[in-house]
Amino acid sequence: MTSGVDLGRPHTQTVGSDEDVVRVRQLVRTVAVAAKLSLVDQTKVVTAASELARNTLVYAGGGTVEVSIVDNGRRQGIRILFADSGPGIADLELALTDGYTTGGGLGLGLSGARRLVDEFDIRTAPGQGTRITITKWSR
Amino acid sequence: MALSADESGRLAVLLSSHVDQITQRWAEVVAGQLHGRLSQAELIRQVQELHRALVDALDKGAADLASEESVELRAVLAELSRGQAREGFSATETASGVFALKDALLTVMEADHNADKLRDFVAFSALIDQMGLFTFESYVRTRESLIADQAEQLLELSTPVVKLWEGVVAVPLVGTLDSARAQVVMERLLQTLVETSSPYAIIDITGVPAVDTQVAQHILKTVVAARLMGADCIISGIRPQIAQTIVALGIEFGDIATKASLADALRHVLRLTGVETSRRQPRREL
Repeated sequence: MTSGVDLGRPHTQTVGSDEDVVRVRQLVRTVAVAAKLSLVDQTKVVTAASELARNTLVYAGGGTVEVSIVDNGRRQGIRILFADSGPGIADLELALTDGYTTGGGLGLGLSGARRLVDEFDIRTAPGQGTRITITKWSR
Repeated sequence: MALSADESGRLAVLLSSHVDQITQRWAEVVAGQLHGRLSQAELIRQVQELHRALVDALDKGAADLASEESVELRAVLAELSRGQAREGFSATETASGVFALKDALLTVMEADHNADKLRDFVAFSALIDQMGLFTFESYVRTRESLIADQAEQLLELSTPVVKLWEGVVAVPLVGTLDSARAQVVMERLLQTLVETSSPYAIIDITGVPAVDTQVAQHILKTVVAARLMGADCIISGIRPQIAQTIVALGIEFGDIATKASLADALRHVLRLTGVETSRRQPRREL
């Protein structure tokens, strides 16, 4: 992961219901606007956050989302951490395959979210929960 | 803190022997707080009703608000707070209306030379505090049910199905498309398709801020359901940023027709049905 300096303090949102997923979207949009992302990039990062927040809710029963503005010296960006203490992902490669789902969705959430952002870091193991960090830089 | 039988008796006597003085002072204090937002007659009526219920409860020997004897009083308080909540008074204003009774009581008790008056007043105060808190709770409950009602109404309001043309209906989606709303939209659309026997439906997503896989799945299911009923769906209102996001996500709409705007979608349908449409050149005005 590229190092970045946080600007301001990060905002946290717990995810425990569908309404919280909407709150995450709104929070991410606000911060993305503050980080001066273009409209397309705002929409992309909001959509990625929506997917990952819903995954947290559906597969782990809830978790927390932390949103912050980062700066690598040249560009500003938005970094979002999704953390849960759910069952974790046993086969990461399979989970990242387009169309694979165990939850009745389209099976594009995790893989699609990875394509929507610039940096995608996932740490997970069975029984250890899941931590996903995504970053989107302004152009 | 519960009132002793003695204390409730004394309070009942005190309240009923100074009816006019107490209700008048009480109404005065409340009127001062509400700044004329409630008519004087209405205010007096409320205060008198509350006064009557309170005296009734105390006559029966009510020790506190939770007791069996206070059931009538609780009903009056709940009714009062419901009314205030619906008319837009704040929770503080509603509870203060009850607390104002203390002021009125103090006025009559000051004139009364009884050795136990401080002790009595503290005991009465505790009862009035209970009453105030009770109104506060009723108020909050009413507000919560109002909010729930509004959320439901909003759900209904925000999913209209409109007839655009003979045989063409449209659903303009606005806001977040969660599972509950998707369900309402699908039901409405299918119902309208039957009622109007329309072969075409346009789902317009101009007002949907983000299309993620869940939203896409809801739309796809609606389209499939409409197709099963013999209607063709067109998705319109796909803005550039949404189109790029959908591509990156990997969502495929298959053979479903998609258009950038509602106008394009309507033109597309009309062409399919053979209705003549001419794309008029915009008139130049110099």
